[in-house]
Amino acid sequence: MDFTFSPEHKALRRMIREFAEREIAPIAAELDREHRVPMGIMRKLGEIGLLGVCFPQSYGGMGAGEMGYCILMEELGRVCTSTATNVGAHIGIGAMAIHLDGSEEQRRKYLVPLARGEKFAAFGLTESNAGSDAANISTRAVRDGNEWIINGGKIYITNGGYADVITIMAVTDPTLGARGGITAFIVETDWPGFEVAREEDKMGIRGTSTAELVFDDLRVPHENVLGKVGEGFITFMKSLDMGRLTLGAACLGGAQGALDWSIQWAKTREQFGAQLAQKQSIQWKIADIATEVEALRSLVYRVAWMVDADQPFTRLAAMCKLYGSEVASRAIDMALQIHGGLGYSRDYPVERAFRDARIAEIFEGTNEIQRIVIASRLFREHGVRIGP
Amino acid sequence: MDFALSEEQRMFRAMFEEFSTNEIAPIAEEMDHEEAPPLKVLQKAARQGFLGATLPEDYFGAALDFISYALLIEALAKDCMSIAVMLGTHVSMVEMSILEHGSEAQKETYLPMLATGEGGRSSVSLGAFALTEPDAGTNAKAIQTKAVPDGASYVLDGVKTWVANGEVASLYLLFAQAPGGTTAFLVPVDAAGLTIGCREPTLGLRNVPLNTLYVEACSVPAANRLGAEGEGWAIAEGARRRMAITLGAAALGVADDSIDVATQFASERVQFGVPIAEKQAIQNYVAESAAEVEALRHLVYHGAWRADRGDDLKFHASVVKAFAARVARRVTDRMVQVMGGYGYMEDYPLARKYRDARALGIIGGPTELHDVRIAEDVFAEYEVEVTP
Repeated sequence: MDFTFSPEHKALRRMIREFAEREIAPIAAELDREHRVPMGIMRKLGEIGLLGVCFPQSYGGMGAGEMGYCILMEELGRVCTSTATNVGAHIGIGAMAIHLDGSEEQRRKYLVPLARGEKFAAFGLTESNAGSDAANISTRAVRDGNEWIINGGKIYITNGGYADVITIMAVTDPTLGARGGITAFIVETDWPGFEVAREEDKMGIRGTSTAELVFDDLRVPHENVLGKVGEGFITFMKSLDMGRLTLGAACLGGAQGALDWSIQWAKTREQFGAQLAQKQSIQWKIADIATEVEALRSLVYRVAWMVDADQPFTRLAAMCKLYGSEVASRAIDMALQIHGGLGYSRDYPVERAFRDARIAEIFEGTNEIQRIVIASRLFREHGVRIGP
Repeated sequence: MDFALSEEQRMFRAMFEEFSTNEIAPIAEEMDHEEAPPLKVLQKAARQGFLGATLPEDYFGAALDFISYALLIEALAKDCMSIAVMLGTHVSMVEMSILEHGSEAQKETYLPMLATGEGGRSSVSLGAFALTEPDAGTNAKAIQTKAVPDGASYVLDGVKTWVANGEVASLYLLFAQAPGGTTAFLVPVDAAGLTIGCREPTLGLRNVPLNTLYVEACSVPAANRLGAEGEGWAIAEGARRRMAITLGAAALGVADDSIDVATQFASERVQFGVPIAEKQAIQNYVAESAAEVEALRHLVYHGAWRADRGDDLKFHASVVKAFAARVARRVTDRMVQVMGGYGYMEDYPLARKYRDARALGIIGGPTELHDVRIAEDVFAEYEVEVTP
């Protein structure tokens, strides 16, 4: 056993933290207020190689592994959940699907510019009748010679409003369902038939783009089928496993940030003639959250290590997402409470972080779906098959 | 024991709910987005007599008992917690303090204006409660605003923060340190030296104007002193206890309606081939929430019943408020989860209810302070000294 980070990973963290504090933290409030995606930040992250953090150097990446990617997400989550979300949708699920199941040509053509941050990616799964029930999609792809014609639409697509490349899932054989009937495609967003219908007004992560997409006779060349025809659902689920782990890492950063603010404020604020830090109500809250943050940190980096060691990790990735999102929500709820009225005010960052944190219990598979993933894997080991 | 509402109380409740459904529900989301104080709705409420809910008819009040008044606050909070908090501040904190402690001249000067909403500065005359200061939040006894006697007047100097109804009020019940101790003053909006400062942007309760208030060499006739010098703390305590129960009723309304919205969604939303209401995870969320709301309902009505009897509310007010804040937080949180992505979008009402409900842990004294008061009472018989 060795729980230390390598010198390279430590240096990577220092570099990201410095960048995050210099470039992102000062504008996080503005992004939220103005409902703006930080395109400048995304480009800079690309220029310094971070958008390819976990991809091999042969595809334009940094080769820092899943461990490096989790470090990136933790550090971004610490200062700006919106930026972490943009980056997570780009790397963790958008580009990841191409990295996992793309052909050599597809990786050269799409993964390389995505890893370099020259283009941006999104991941098109959810539909209005297919949220938690992801296999229930109705977007249809029909073969026409050397092309596929896609009709339908997606909702709640992170990065959907500005992505250049979107991996989408469509039904190619309605008789077969999830296993065999669904295929993944790589779509370029400037192709005719692709349209961004609207962007959502959300409670938090307002520095992200959450779009509704419409496909109207969208023609996709057969060479853009991602993986094999009929195996798209598997590609998407594998990508989501990666996304869930790194979302847990972003939540770790958010929780750590909330803990840091709480300690700082408890030290500064005096009531009843003493620092808040002298009150047991405050001490217990901080002790409980600090314990949970440490548990989460161990879980996240252990699973990152498992991914880099090529071990199966689906059940543990679901645990990272489930536990991470709940710890982050509890931590920011505590921070708001400790800050009192200031915590409730939009002039202070706690309020934004409170709204931002709530989404992590919902997206990338609701926490209820994570529990189903965890329970079904556990019961499977005991010969019991359970449905959702 | 009799747990049934009287014929009259049931009739009132139907009327309150009809008002809320017709006058507030259709515009609640739009009002929240615009963040303007809902003066038009309050004018309509004034025409119904709601602004003088608990005042005697002599002062143009509706002479409701406290239980009926709690039903009114609950009904309003179902559709808009901001309006419930504004009316609660006006009635529980300002009007009822004047009724209880005012001279006949003060009652005749101010209560008819507050009860009818007419004759004040804005389109509807509201009262505001100015106690909190930058360095006196939870520890309200530490207020530093000074009241210096000057002939037949007092000269007030100081800063008040988080004054609900601040920029739209016609009369401020303001607390300051006079030679004889903490003292309450009725300060009209046109008093020279009174300046309304900036409004605090907040996570929720976005229609409640929360302002900073400055009094600089502000001269107030001694006739505007409410009660005697040194009686201010008792007046503030009485107001805060009534408000604690009032906020309990608001919590009940927002939590109860969240369950209504989310259960309707769960009955219609189909995933995995069935309405999600058929899933045990959803049933668990709903069942736990319904049980908590039912407990809260009886706790709130019980507190209101004690208020009607003229009981000492010290213990019960804090029990209602602490429990209400926790229940409203948990229930709205679970109901966001039931609605998944739709719960996070500002186009649906749950996001607003979740943001609004979070205020209850802070406004009217943070839950930690109410816990201290409960503990004080519980330990009293053992002569244990409990300090915040």
